[in-house]
Amino acid sequence: MAVIIKKEPEQKTITIAELLPEVIAIRKRGMRVCQICAAWVNEQFELSYTFANDGNYLLLTLRVVIDKDVEVPSITPIYPSAVFYENEMKELFGVKVENISMDYKDKFYRIEEKTPFGPESEDE
Amino acid sequence: MAHFFTFAKTALKNLTSKPVTTKYPDAPIDYPARSRGHIEIDIDQCISCSLCVRNCPTECLAVDKNAGTWTINRFDCIVCGYCTVNCPKHCLKVVNGYQKPGTEKQAATYQKSPEVMAAEKAKKEALAKKKAEALKKAQAAKAAKAAQAAEAKKEGD
Amino acid sequence: MARKHKRNIVPFGPQHPVLPEPIHLDLVLDDEKVVGVIPSVGFIHRGLEGLVDKRDFKEMVYVAERTCGICSFQHGMGYCEAVEQIMNIEVPPRAKYLRTIWGETSRLHSHLLWLGLMADAFGFESLFYQCWRIREKILDLIELSTGGRVIFSVNQIGGVLKDMDAEMLKHFLDVLAEVETEVHEIQKTFMLDYTVQSRTVGVGVMTKRQIHACGSVGPFARASGFKVDMRKLGYEAYPDLDFEPVISNDGDCYARCDVRIREIFQSIDLIRQAAAKIPDSELAAKVKGNPDGECFARIEQPRGEAIYYVRGTGKKFVNRMRIRTPTFANLPGLCEMLKNADYADVPLMILTIDPCISCTER
Repeated sequence: MAVIIKKEPEQKTITIAELLPEVIAIRKRGMRVCQICAAWVNEQFELSYTFANDGNYLLLTLRVVIDKDVEVPSITPIYPSAVFYENEMKELFGVKVENISMDYKDKFYRIEEKTPFGPESEDE
Repeated sequence: MAHFFTFAKTALKNLTSKPVTTKYPDAPIDYPARSRGHIEIDIDQCISCSLCVRNCPTECLAVDKNAGTWTINRFDCIVCGYCTVNCPKHCLKVVNGYQKPGTEKQAATYQKSPEVMAAEKAKKEALAKKKAEALKKAQAAKAAKAAQAAEAKKEGD
Repeated sequence: MARKHKRNIVPFGPQHPVLPEPIHLDLVLDDEKVVGVIPSVGFIHRGLEGLVDKRDFKEMVYVAERTCGICSFQHGMGYCEAVEQIMNIEVPPRAKYLRTIWGETSRLHSHLLWLGLMADAFGFESLFYQCWRIREKILDLIELSTGGRVIFSVNQIGGVLKDMDAEMLKHFLDVLAEVETEVHEIQKTFMLDYTVQSRTVGVGVMTKRQIHACGSVGPFARASGFKVDMRKLGYEAYPDLDFEPVISNDGDCYARCDVRIREIFQSIDLIRQAAAKIPDSELAAKVKGNPDGECFARIEQPRGEAIYYVRGTGKKFVNRMRIRTPTFANLPGLCEMLKNADYADVPLMILTIDPCISCTER
């Protein structure tokens, strides 16, 4: 029988101010960034930053709930590989992410409509 | 140690054996039984409930209850089989045979047979008649009750 | 006199014979060495995640399946897993085993497709067609059991739609035994042939540290010694099957090829184990109500770890479905690998991450 490593995913809700310190602490623990995702729920953006530890298969999610025009600092200075996730979030949802290391300025997906999944187009 | 010509044996074998390809469409294809080709309907079993229309992911179906028709745009259909899962009468099924390519999209319409249409009409009329009779009865009972109440009031004065 | 270095920018893609799907890379070249890469995607973006507003959560299985043609079954399975975890639906055991068997068959056909493309990348066309000829047998098996060669459409929330009886399973195993013998033959060519080795050994080396810094997943990471396989998390029928992640320690293109060929043999072994242990039960559990809550589900696709995030708010339309595909996670690794590479090796190196761009862009 294979040895199965079962770990329940953990989730933590934090504020924007705590985001960068938490991410630095996670980087020190040696985890890698898995995905960054945005959802428009209840008139607010719910950002989920997911990190994984490959030694014990732990999945840790940081949840940041913000309003529409709040600026979010980029985590690319800490995790350079997060650049594509943040560009996607900015382009498709209109989340204002600041200081991305390689900012494609809305040309990552080359789409015609601005922020198609974002709040303005939801009203149409 | 370097190996050379490791593929030579397989290549020679392929050269001398018959080809794995068939000359389709000249040679007919033998589809397996479950192969998803297109959707067929047994139209006389259909009750025009429109569940298939509501659940179709590509919105390629249309149902007209009064005319008794079921229309499918075969060029839009992705043969996922979700309509067959949702049909309460199980009159839809997935059969072999792909839609042949064409120059423009067409829709195929299936019409219920006249006997089934007549039977449905008769059922509808019978139901309407029953309803009308029940309504008349209820109205008569109400009028009788009202008359009784008015008489009781008159006696009371 | 000091030689003046001149930098050129050469566009690679979106159309290129070696790429199965369009991706654009701007290669910054210094003479014949690549010094920087700027990737640019968006040629195949269909906005499938925007369809959550228009298709209810049961129909979204069909949309999730059509994200990609090569990994289609695993996308449907991952989405179903996420929704089933939100709604606390217990999938019957037979459905779990059937999903595992189809999932491993899907991995087989994906790896064989990749081997063919790899052979095509260094110009060995006969080997390319031989791999795809073997793959045809697998596609025939899939058509026999599910009805479609590429898009299976057998997943539903709560289980599966079709069954495989004992006779069909036996036919599966007979065909897989033939496939195994044939893959042993082509393994000799891939691993031992002088021409193949001179193109792949020592090319595109990624150390374990670089892999960890870039967050890469899948066989790309396992070829550098990273022992991570999401199947160890124990979803579907994997708790009952015996396997270990296939790794190599060299980190070059040769090692990635080796890892994928050994994974083919591992998949055949897993299918044999699952077919021997498959229990009898019904095929699907009843689904009542709407999903309310969120879930992250991780599965091991042929290309690596895929994360499915589903957010439901109690209505029949799910609020958000997000698929983070393995190629998206391997893009930073690709950029890192291409630095200091020779220009002539670039197509081969791009192919060794197994790019599935339609998954990346959905």
